[in-house]
Amino acid sequence: MNTIMNHVGDIRISHFSVLSPELYLCGWSLFLLVYGAYRVRRHSDNFMIFSGILMLAITAWLITGSYGPRIIIMNGMFIADRFSSMVKCMLMASGALVLMLSSNWLKEEDGRPFEFVILLLLSTLGMLFMVSANDLLAMYMAMEMSSLALYVLASFTRDHAKSSEAGLKYFVLGALASGMMLFGMSLVYGFSGTTSFDGLEKLFALHGAVPKGTIVGMILVIVGLCFKVSAVPFHMWTPDVYEGAPTPVTAFFATAPKVAALALFTRVMLQPFGDLVGQWAQILVFVSVATMTVGALAAIMQTNIKRLLAYSSIGHVGFMLMGIASGNSAGVQAVLIYLTLYIFMSAGAFGCVLLMRRDGHYVEQIKDLAGLGKTQPIMAMTIALFMFSMAGIPPLGGFFGKMYVIIAAISAGLTWLAVIGVIMSVISGYYYIKVVKVMYFDEPARPLDRHVPCLLRTGIAISAFVTLLFFLYPSPLILEAKAAAEALLQ
Amino acid sequence: MLLTYLMLLPLLGALVILLVVKGDSEHSAGEARIIALFTTVATFLTSLLAWLGFDNKSADFQFVEKHDWFSGLNISYHLGIDGISLFMLLLTTFLMPICILCSWESIKTRVRAFMVSFLLLEMMVIGVFISLDVVMFYTFFEGMLIPMYLIIGIWGGNRRIYAAYKFFLYTFAGSVLFLIAILYLYNVFGTTSIPELIKQSRALSPHVQHLLWLAMFASFAVKVPMWPFHTWLPDAHVQAPTAGSVILAGILLKMGAYGFLRFSLPMLPEASHYFAPFIFTLSVIAVIYTSLVALMQQDMKKLIAYSSVAHMGFVTIGIFAFNMQGIEGAIVQMISHGLVSGALFLCVGVVYDRLHTREIDRYGGVVNVMPKYAAFFMFFTMASVGLPSTSGFVGEFLVLVGIYKVSSLVAFLATTGIVLGAAYMLWLYRRVVFGPVKNTEVAGMHEMNGRELAFFIPIVLMVVWIGLYPKPYLAAMEPSVAQLIKQVSMNTSETGVKKK
Repeated sequence: MNTIMNHVGDIRISHFSVLSPELYLCGWSLFLLVYGAYRVRRHSDNFMIFSGILMLAITAWLITGSYGPRIIIMNGMFIADRFSSMVKCMLMASGALVLMLSSNWLKEEDGRPFEFVILLLLSTLGMLFMVSANDLLAMYMAMEMSSLALYVLASFTRDHAKSSEAGLKYFVLGALASGMMLFGMSLVYGFSGTTSFDGLEKLFALHGAVPKGTIVGMILVIVGLCFKVSAVPFHMWTPDVYEGAPTPVTAFFATAPKVAALALFTRVMLQPFGDLVGQWAQILVFVSVATMTVGALAAIMQTNIKRLLAYSSIGHVGFMLMGIASGNSAGVQAVLIYLTLYIFMSAGAFGCVLLMRRDGHYVEQIKDLAGLGKTQPIMAMTIALFMFSMAGIPPLGGFFGKMYVIIAAISAGLTWLAVIGVIMSVISGYYYIKVVKVMYFDEPARPLDRHVPCLLRTGIAISAFVTLLFFLYPSPLILEAKAAAEALLQ
Repeated sequence: MLLTYLMLLPLLGALVILLVVKGDSEHSAGEARIIALFTTVATFLTSLLAWLGFDNKSADFQFVEKHDWFSGLNISYHLGIDGISLFMLLLTTFLMPICILCSWESIKTRVRAFMVSFLLLEMMVIGVFISLDVVMFYTFFEGMLIPMYLIIGIWGGNRRIYAAYKFFLYTFAGSVLFLIAILYLYNVFGTTSIPELIKQSRALSPHVQHLLWLAMFASFAVKVPMWPFHTWLPDAHVQAPTAGSVILAGILLKMGAYGFLRFSLPMLPEASHYFAPFIFTLSVIAVIYTSLVALMQQDMKKLIAYSSVAHMGFVTIGIFAFNMQGIEGAIVQMISHGLVSGALFLCVGVVYDRLHTREIDRYGGVVNVMPKYAAFFMFFTMASVGLPSTSGFVGEFLVLVGIYKVSSLVAFLATTGIVLGAAYMLWLYRRVVFGPVKNTEVAGMHEMNGRELAFFIPIVLMVVWIGLYPKPYLAAMEPSVAQLIKQVSMNTSETGVKKK
């Protein structure tokens, strides 16, 4: 209990240096909010977008600056360790990528409301706290903070029925999941007397037998987290929200919240509930199998590319849950590697969806891509790259993420789970290569617009570059993920 | 560094075509063709250096290069060749320029993309044969699906999409189980180096060995392909463009057999012995059944595709004979099949370019208009049948000698395959080349041009060379094969092959 006791009722100035990335991001977002509100025309402009990207970059820099040993502050509510630092950097990267991808969309139609950037930043801020949560309450608050911004973002084009529907659906189901999670937390608290992660960890380490109420509470917490990462059977919202929300928002949904929620999932399972691995491993194994299966099978019949990518992201989450279910340091490392590569694949793929415009209108059907290999070879090649990578074909990045997860599963004795995983990835291979088939083997449809905005192109190029060339120099990511995993489990 | 250069050369060629050659005009297509031809010839010459510098006496891996790749995981960039992979490598680099030449005129659309895919494919295939790290091997083994999928799907025949899907998913499904197997091995031994795993993995318990063997089998059996996993092959072969068929038959099928030689046999000797009768059964079925199926084909390419399955049946029989003649015969048969069936697909390609049909009945009497072609086709038909003094004879003979020592029944059944092989090949030849000219279009076909002669003549020379004087080949592979036999029979000396 020493670490906790040292900090009880003890908030020092030095703690603010640990919090500097969060404080910085918060301050700037609020400044941008005021700046936007006091202008005559309330639309997004280059200043908003670029300062958003710059801000995320500076925050990332601050995060790497505060790399160090594990520090717990704010009465044990907030933890900063290598794991959280790494995940936060990933969050910054995905936020910045999404801002790049959405720049052109934001400037369209005389500029969309400037709140987009603010909401994105505030939601990211919530995610930073999620990653650093060290207490059930802090975790809940942080999740709500990021979710509220996400609900609004989902219905951002509020005059479109589908977008409003997406926001409402996400909100109702999200509120239900939050409620269940909060109930679970109260059960955990009621039966164990603490909400602190360290406290729970010590408690479960001391007492082998745990009251049933704690287990029920834990399962409800898992349910809430499963909803957040859209794991089966709590995935129903994902395809509808992905389809209904504007594409830049979908790109954001597919990256940052997934990263934060999976990181939090990993921490919650391995730190406070780490000694209950015997109780939760079976649940996660089941969820992982179900998620991979639904992700693979349900995507086959999709005709809308955003729905396809939604199911594809469900499949990826299933794979990453396999890493968590392994419950060891190799598993955490695998999740981190997979997540990093997933951000780039996913952001890149959605960036390409944003390029699908015909006569100035966005199109979303897979068949709209027909013959792209002839009409726009470079774009087709890029999409094919992301598709093959998601299918897990080496030497593209996606394969190595899968490889690490499989190594982790085998090392945890879950070889059969790994076998199911690879079989599902073969099945999902079918719909990924279907997209490639439409682009290359089918007769050209009416060509898409050739206008490729600069910032969007940069975003896609970065993603493609990382996905394609990861294999040339994988060591930094691998070593960092390893260090982060060890920091989490120490 | 020689092996690295070998791999980088095609990549360099692909990048040059991709970045320097612009547009899709006839002019840029010509440039792409010339760059691709130049690159593949240069790669072939470089690979000859590897043969010249190869030490025939040593059983170790040569030209070894090793660098750290995935830190902390003990996965490295590790290259090297031995007497087995040397010839697979040479076969690859030898066939590639021929493929480029044969698609010179038959590929008319998106020539740049075709050449880039082909060069990338060459790089991957070379990578498969020279990797000494399982993760690297897998990367190339699997990565090769991307260019091949595109080659079949974009430049293939009418049902190309179905064939491309089937090829992709079939092979993908097989190889992911192989991935599980190698990651399992990695998990137990903490290394992905092939020489290390060969030394250590025999220590695994029989039960684990059997499971791992089956997982690897899933991958290699699809690639070889062995009956009943062969159904993707006729589709892929028939629909692929000529160059694609040549590569499929000539090289990609060899990767499965190579996998058996490199992984299953030395790493899991106990399981290999255990499953040898199983392999014999499947191979004998393949030899007889697919030969019978080949007899009934109306489509020339399909006939040759089925004959490939039968010939590869010989290869797997030879490999699992676990003796010198068997394995050497299997390797020679692999080289010979690569050359001969590649050449047969080229023969089909030549007449297809003129008549645009592969249906046997549309031809007949080709000898009257294309005597030179008839001569070449005759030669390769004979080589495929296994006429003495061609490479096919050496391979089949050695395999039969090898398997006869193990099981006379298997040898007997396999021999019937040779008889059937003669039947379908000669019948094909009679129907296409001899007889009266029934079809007026056939009468209008013109004789082979210089380009077409240029890609047949080197193959003829190679086939005759191996047929008459196989010693340089056998000498170079002997130490490696001897060591392989030692590895595969080490802890099974009591229960193993000496039953008969």
